[in-house]
Amino acid sequence: MAYFSQQLINAITLGAIYGLIAIGYTMVYGIIGMINFAHGDIFMIGAFISLIGFLICAALGINSAPLAIVLVLLMAMAFTAVYGWAIERTAYRPLRGSFRLAPLISAIGVSILLENYVQLAQGARPKPGGGSIVTGGFTLFSSDGFDVRVTWLQIVIVVVTVVLMAGFTWLIASTSLGRRQRACEQDMKMASLLGVNVDRTISLTFVMGAALAAVAGMLFLMYYGVVDFFIGFLAGIKAFTAAVLGGIGSLPGAMLGGLAIGLIEVFWAGYFSSEYKDVAVFAILVLVLIFRPSGLLGKPEIEKV
Amino acid sequence: MLEVRGIATFYGAIQALHGVDLDVAKGEIVTLIGANGAGKSTLLMTICGSPRARSGSVKLEGRDITALPTHEIVRLGVAQVPEGRRIFPRMTVFENLQMGATLVDPTHFQRDLDRVFAMFPRLAERREQRGGTLSGGEQQMLAIGRALMSRPRLLLLDEPSLGLAPLIVRQIFEAIRRIAREEGVTIFLVEQNAFHALRLADRGYVLVNGRVLMNGTGKELLANPEVRAAYLEGGHA
Repeated sequence: MAYFSQQLINAITLGAIYGLIAIGYTMVYGIIGMINFAHGDIFMIGAFISLIGFLICAALGINSAPLAIVLVLLMAMAFTAVYGWAIERTAYRPLRGSFRLAPLISAIGVSILLENYVQLAQGARPKPGGGSIVTGGFTLFSSDGFDVRVTWLQIVIVVVTVVLMAGFTWLIASTSLGRRQRACEQDMKMASLLGVNVDRTISLTFVMGAALAAVAGMLFLMYYGVVDFFIGFLAGIKAFTAAVLGGIGSLPGAMLGGLAIGLIEVFWAGYFSSEYKDVAVFAILVLVLIFRPSGLLGKPEIEKV
Repeated sequence: MLEVRGIATFYGAIQALHGVDLDVAKGEIVTLIGANGAGKSTLLMTICGSPRARSGSVKLEGRDITALPTHEIVRLGVAQVPEGRRIFPRMTVFENLQMGATLVDPTHFQRDLDRVFAMFPRLAERREQRGGTLSGGEQQMLAIGRALMSRPRLLLLDEPSLGLAPLIVRQIFEAIRRIAREEGVTIFLVEQNAFHALRLADRGYVLVNGRVLMNGTGKELLANPEVRAAYLEGGHA
């Protein structure tokens, strides 16, 4: 029971990070129907910018952890959002109206470009840092000589995620911007006939997805204490799996899918084998694609006549 | 108000409009009738800049809008009730109306909403229902209401009677008449239902294979034997 509880706590933490990344996939898919395969690398960029941010904070002598986190968070979101905007502008927008695979191939190109650019600029070795910003924790309970521990960082991760997701859900459901995004998602041409600037709305969707990926990047950095140029690949594919599992295009689906992937990965590693945890995750992707292609909360694709 | 000169529009290599000229004066109701595939919807969409005309010009109150992006044209006071209504299916009736008011100063919202609900009380009853679950007639009311929320000066309607029961068609046409006569909105109405459209309209144009073949007042066209043979005989609502 103690072991199970400990794994559950770890799984929720990991699932929160996947969920944050998955939102970017699902939103972009919802609005322009493409899988932004560079999104995982946006997350990686976010983690690197966070690392640089923490180093700057340390150099400036900012010792208060909450202050440093807020500063780095804002900085990472801002810079990463610029990346998201620029990628959409240069790699995807010129291909809109082209055949369906074109932006997908372009996205893979951007992904390779970002990985190599960071590898060149930052080196290929893993960079440690950010792991000692929030330390400590408390023992939830003990049984069978096993302490179930919750770290403060895990609480920070879950709280930040829940707050952001709640805010985001509200933004999409109740604000004018969210309504414009949903209008573009449902009928782009009609949205433009009502005066919506479709190009700008799509740009903003990329910006919002990238900002959330930056948050995930910072939390990842703080959780694992190390980054390298390749973290975006695996995390990105897993978050994509989360988005598909939850039902791509569905916001609550992305959050649920993220949680599910976190649970599968951690429990597989905890009870079976940690070497095969990724296999377990991707086996789930295969099963979902076979038996429920629209995902847990997705709506089945209806061909319009 | 609206001045269309020599518009030619293509879909790929296929030419849909072959140099269309027409005018709509302020406060008028003008109708464009024609068979399926004549290019009626293409003309309405070309006026809104999507697809764009390959040659010719569209002027709105003297200003050339041929090259403007769609959302800029809409900003100038043009609203469209498009073919197939294009209600946002996963938004409520209220949200659809909010979308109509995208470009409007929010202080007008409540009054405009009350006006639309007064014109179509059914929409008030269905306020929180999703657009996709409405009946065809209700969707048409919503499409017109949504267009009105943008406070248009020129309202373009694409076959508002299509697929609706005769009783609902009469309601819709009555609403269009009121929008024009009581609110002073200029109306350009594209219809296959030539009888109703010509009776309502001040003037009409007949579009055949992407060309304007005839024009005249509604009464003249209604009396014209060719128009009668092509568009009116053989059953009208």
